[in-house]
Amino acid sequence: MFDLTGKNALITGASGGIGGSIAHALHGAGATVALSGTRVEPLEALAAELGSRAHVLPCNLSDAEAVTALPKQAAEAMGSVDILVNNAGITRDNIFMRMSEEEWSSVLDVNLTSTMRLCKGVMRGMMKARWGRIVNISSVVGATGNPGQANYAASKAGMVGMSKSIAYEVASRGITVNCIAPGFIATAMTEKLNDEQKAAILGQIPAGRMGDAQEIGAAVLYLASPEAAYVTGATLHVNGGMAML
Amino acid sequence: MSDVADRVRKIVVEHLGVEEAKVVENASFIDDLGADSLDTVELVMAFEEEFGIEIPDDAAETIQTFGDAVKFISSAQ
Repeated sequence: MFDLTGKNALITGASGGIGGSIAHALHGAGATVALSGTRVEPLEALAAELGSRAHVLPCNLSDAEAVTALPKQAAEAMGSVDILVNNAGITRDNIFMRMSEEEWSSVLDVNLTSTMRLCKGVMRGMMKARWGRIVNISSVVGATGNPGQANYAASKAGMVGMSKSIAYEVASRGITVNCIAPGFIATAMTEKLNDEQKAAILGQIPAGRMGDAQEIGAAVLYLASPEAAYVTGATLHVNGGMAML
Repeated sequence: MSDVADRVRKIVVEHLGVEEAKVVENASFIDDLGADSLDTVELVMAFEEEFGIEIPDDAAETIQTFGDAVKFISSAQ
């Protein structure tokens, strides 16, 4: 089950904790991976860790031209892009009353618009192949909202609506488009929280712990697998029960 | 008709699974040949590949019939 031998996957935000776990999961199932991100060093380190079947493709997702070029580079490096995981994302938190246009648009650009561009860039190949998997990493916040994150929540909710629409259009071509909405996942970012903040967060999570990045990787692996062919337009919530949607 | 027309017709017949006789000058891909909007995108992709040309989106939208396709491709070559 969940064998990805011979499949080629492009993963954005692969230099981060969750992106790295996604890369490990897909690569471990036999896929060839193209690792994208802004920081070259962690990407190179991850590629070295994975060994064979790993390509490094640095890309700044706020640069429209670079984003448009990325699927082509990935297809050149691997032969095709059968699986696209839009995992990269940024936050620019501020209370709504103080949120600047720039804070709004930079988050929407990177999180939502670049996802659109990458989906578009891989579609032709997937249509021809009559097979494709797109997994967009949304967030629990896109469904529940979060104070200080109007921009981030809008981008993540936008991803869900966009994914469902694309899913409709391409379902007959063997292409699925799904979202994963992680809750609190233990990463370098959450390590910076103090004990009080951590306790407050854990109080909201029935599972009583933060999620592990590997648990997101496993969810992506499922949605990318041949076995998930009949799952499309769905959002898989991986949040320890903090929002049962 | 020309060699272009024959090649275009072959692609249309293969892609849409229609009878060759139905692929006439004024045959609309959507209204007469049963294509959906995604089929028309795929036809344009197939034309691009067959003839080694690029058909921009705004031009693709004007290609509604078999005749449109032949005319566009002939002038683009």
